[in-house]
Amino acid sequence: MQTDQQTRATVWPDDIFEVLKENGVTQVAYVPDAGHSKLINRCHAEKTMKTVVLTTEEEGVAMMAGSFMGGAKGVLLMQSSGVGNCINMLSMFQECRLPILMLVTMRGVWGEFNPWQVPMGGSTAKALENAGVIVHSVEHAEEIKETLHACARLAFNTHRPVAVLIQQRVIGFKNWSK
Amino acid sequence: MAAKKTSAKGMDRRAVVAALVKDRGDALVVTGLGSSTYDTFAVGDHDLNFYLWGGMGGAAMAGLGLALAQPKRRVLVITGDGEMLMGIGSLATIAVAAPKNLAIAVIDNGHYGETGMQRAHTGLGVDITGMAKAAGIKSSTTLRSMNALKAWLKTWHHKSGPVFADIKVAAVPAPMRLPMRDGTAIKHRFRTALLGNAAFD
Ligand SMILES: Cc1ncc(C[n+]2csc(CCOP(=O)(O)OP(=O)(O)O)c2C)c(N)n1
Ligand SMILES: [Mg+2]
Repeated sequence: MQTDQQTRATVWPDDIFEVLKENGVTQVAYVPDAGHSKLINRCHAEKTMKTVVLTTEEEGVAMMAGSFMGGAKGVLLMQSSGVGNCINMLSMFQECRLPILMLVTMRGVWGEFNPWQVPMGGSTAKALENAGVIVHSVEHAEEIKETLHACARLAFNTHRPVAVLIQQRVIGFKNWSK
Repeated sequence: MAAKKTSAKGMDRRAVVAALVKDRGDALVVTGLGSSTYDTFAVGDHDLNFYLWGGMGGAAMAGLGLALAQPKRRVLVITGDGEMLMGIGSLATIAVAAPKNLAIAVIDNGHYGETGMQRAHTGLGVDITGMAKAAGIKSSTTLRSMNALKAWLKTWHHKSGPVFADIKVAAVPAPMRLPMRDGTAIKHRFRTALLGNAAFD
């Protein structure tokens, strides 16, 4: 039998998908992360969403500027290492007061196996804040819906850049066994 | 001097940009930071110009977001060769996303003009049309004359995109003409012209 916790662990990507739809998100851009794989598949299967795979995360930042200039709402999915690729492009959002909704799955902070993830994981929130992005963090799967909904409203109603960090506790340990 | 002569070869960038936007109709235009932004302003300011003054490497992707948001409008990105090179991966992303209404025009002077005319990869043998083609943007071409440019205008206005042109211009700075630079003002002007009152919903 699945425990409640196990159930939450498998449905939170569906929660995210529902909240994105409810908030009128029609563009999704991503560099894949294992933590986002279920969500990415759902977005690709959804006809009302234009789902775009990027070669680097900053492409998605620039894309979201164009989306909103064109009257659409988008979301940018990445893992924490990708935040380091975005910093200068985020200056457009502060200068133009444009909204962006970033959904960042964390690595390098909790139960990490790969030491190369630690430096960027440790500076993700600070780097975003220094770039003028409002940062909210989700530690437990059952908080995702409420936090994401609040962040989408904050971003699109007030034209502000907002990031939701999905902490590694939510995602669970990556399986490194061969 | 020989070096000067070589750099003065090629089309006049202002004449090129003027031809590009002449019959723009209700198209949306994104301009890459530096000279492309100045050129586009110099040949005729327009509410539907999204002038970038920063975000180097992002012009083509801003164009993609706009093109996907406004599928009924043509979207033209006018940017420098250096700016395009910084976001060169976006050619792959745009090829895969395949927006029918997106055109990219690179004003290629083979140099980083804005920062003092240092030679860029494009001036050292790198062929961005070849890169665009290899990425999968089938309609990719290099334009070396005003006649070739005039023929390409049909492509940007009508051909199912994405379409790409690398337009060789002289490495000569044009007279300084600066558009508005407050980002929030640029945003509001553009969105109001495009979306009306919905810009403030
Ligand atoms: C991230 C970043 N790196 C460097 C610069 C400095 N910079 C501003 S414009 C420019 C060169 C632009 O060259 P290109 O796009 O070819 O334009 P043009 O030659 O028409 O001036 C550079 C390097 C910058 N603004 N941002
Ligand atoms: Mg140049």
